[in-house]
Amino acid sequence: MVRKERKRIRVMTGNEACAEGAIAAGCRFFAGYPITPSSEIAEVLSAELPRVGGKFIQMEDEIASMGAVIGASLAGSKAMTATSGPGFSLKQENIGYASMAEVPCVIVNVMRGGPSTGLPTLPSQSDVMQTRWGTHGDHPIIALVPSSVRETFDLTVRAFNLAESYRVPVVLLLDEIVGHTSEKVELPDTGEIEIVERQKGDPTNKEYLPYKHTESDIPPMISFGEGIRFHVTGLCHDETGFPTNDSRQIDLLLRRLNRKIERYQHLIIDNQTEHLDDALFAVFAYGSTSRSAKWAVRRAREEGIRVGLFRPTVLWPFARNEVHSLAQKVRYIIVAEMNLGQMAHEVEWASRGSTEVIRINRIDGEPVRPLALLDTIREVARNV
Amino acid sequence: MFDYGLYLRKEKFPLIWCSGCGDGIALKAILRAIDRIGLSKDEIVMVSGIGCSSRLPGYVDFNTLHTTHGRAIAFATGVKMAKPELTVIVVTGDGDATAIGGNHYIHAARRNIDLTVILFNNWIYGMTGGQVSPTTPFGKKASTAPYGSTENSFNISGLAEAAGASFVARETVYRPQVLDKLIERAIRKKGFSVVEVFTPCPTGYGRRNKIRTAIDMMYELKGNSVQKSRAEKMSPDELKGKIVTGVLVDTDLPEYTEEYQKLIDRVRS
Repeated sequence: MVRKERKRIRVMTGNEACAEGAIAAGCRFFAGYPITPSSEIAEVLSAELPRVGGKFIQMEDEIASMGAVIGASLAGSKAMTATSGPGFSLKQENIGYASMAEVPCVIVNVMRGGPSTGLPTLPSQSDVMQTRWGTHGDHPIIALVPSSVRETFDLTVRAFNLAESYRVPVVLLLDEIVGHTSEKVELPDTGEIEIVERQKGDPTNKEYLPYKHTESDIPPMISFGEGIRFHVTGLCHDETGFPTNDSRQIDLLLRRLNRKIERYQHLIIDNQTEHLDDALFAVFAYGSTSRSAKWAVRRAREEGIRVGLFRPTVLWPFARNEVHSLAQKVRYIIVAEMNLGQMAHEVEWASRGSTEVIRINRIDGEPVRPLALLDTIREVARNV
Repeated sequence: MFDYGLYLRKEKFPLIWCSGCGDGIALKAILRAIDRIGLSKDEIVMVSGIGCSSRLPGYVDFNTLHTTHGRAIAFATGVKMAKPELTVIVVTGDGDATAIGGNHYIHAARRNIDLTVILFNNWIYGMTGGQVSPTTPFGKKASTAPYGSTENSFNISGLAEAAGASFVARETVYRPQVLDKLIERAIRKKGFSVVEVFTPCPTGYGRRNKIRTAIDMMYELKGNSVQKSRAEKMSPDELKGKIVTGVLVDTDLPEYTEEYQKLIDRVRS
């Protein structure tokens, strides 16, 4: 049976929306390993991918899953894996390989409590720094963070688009609440979804250099088997793709790899804001925590408190200019998150002392509750 | 005279391998096998991990992928699934494939995915300076086993056989003309196939184990090799320390990517 036309309006979980978004984005390869609370993504894709001619494989471990994803992407497939904390740790070495060899791929991490095996069934946001720096070396990464089921669909599509545009691994950070919450969603029609394909090299061009330092900083790709033979390695390499110890070539490569995200960050970064125009202070929150924050800010507004919401949907690259501007305007930024202040540190750094950062942190497997945030907002309002 | 130049990236020479290393002999055998099959260079993807043998793909003019330590088979699995029409050959070593990458090795064999693994066994971690490996024989010395290894060594061909590989063969670089025929059969075989190639490492292994020269190491390989047909008539005691060579497994089993394609066809029909 051919894949049935899915109902556009449905009740589904964030994990299901992620799988649907992947198919819509053109993902045709998934390799994964079972882990709570992400397994439903693999389960849905094991059924849906063959229906669109795609491939699903449950590998022997998390490391292998990441390796297979990279192999499939080099052979021309849009490829993805999904995991949670412990599995995300295991994938780090090969995520670094994808950064170094510029292999587009999407890694979903449905965050649960850590460290170690931690809290398999309870939410957290404590992998945001690991997402940035989990693999060794200076490397580029993009991370998106949805807060609802519909946004999970949209940002999964965007994760593929960004991975293919910039030839980088893109991490989609759900948390257990977003992954397991069921919501009524209206999915967009296929025609409404913007799909980006990787920029292809010309397979008849015998002068093709797989890692050419082009004006855009993003070398066009040719897949294995298309007629141009080249070498891919995780070692520092020159434009031909072969390993080099030439310090000039190494410097050129590593600066370009990092610059290609730095220079396009204005096209990547996205923040949703509410009531910031006349705000005297703000709440910074992302993922499921931002839903508590949105409720608390709206209630506070009803009470006449001049507070606004800053909600990034992209955590990396970090919106440091936007946060810096915000810090010039408000006296306080309340940073609410399910960790011990991982993004609060970034907000403080971007504020450069222009504002005071107040941290709301939960690490006990419980969400930051709307009423608790409202209490904090009221308390801060008394000092403004 | 066979023209190896057709397949080599000569501009990448000299080879990284030490004098007396057997890897070059195995490289030539691989190229002769590929040439006999008549594969085009574009349809071959050669994947490797980390180690001396894993530097081989850098010297050959195919689609080449040098991955992370132990993970070549995992990367190769992704390549093969995405484009089953490609011939995917993995070049790896004893440490790469059976220590850090052991899990991928046995599971790829279990799935019987159509990959050909050329596994260079030199009893040692050569590139990092001669540390003990899963195949270092009991009692033999290594840079991290200065008093002799106190561990049992792996029978890595047996491991592939037990895990469900379609084709398993073993040979030493002392007999390159036999080796290339085994590699040819392995590549032609639909399914997971392994050729375990014994190759000397005079620098990392011989030097520490009183096998003074590269030539002596070759004689050692020759003297210790026993063909399978003869080995079958020998007692376990007589076989101790011997390398049993030849085709150990050759069987027809359902191949993973073909089975997956059938699944796709079924759910779409």
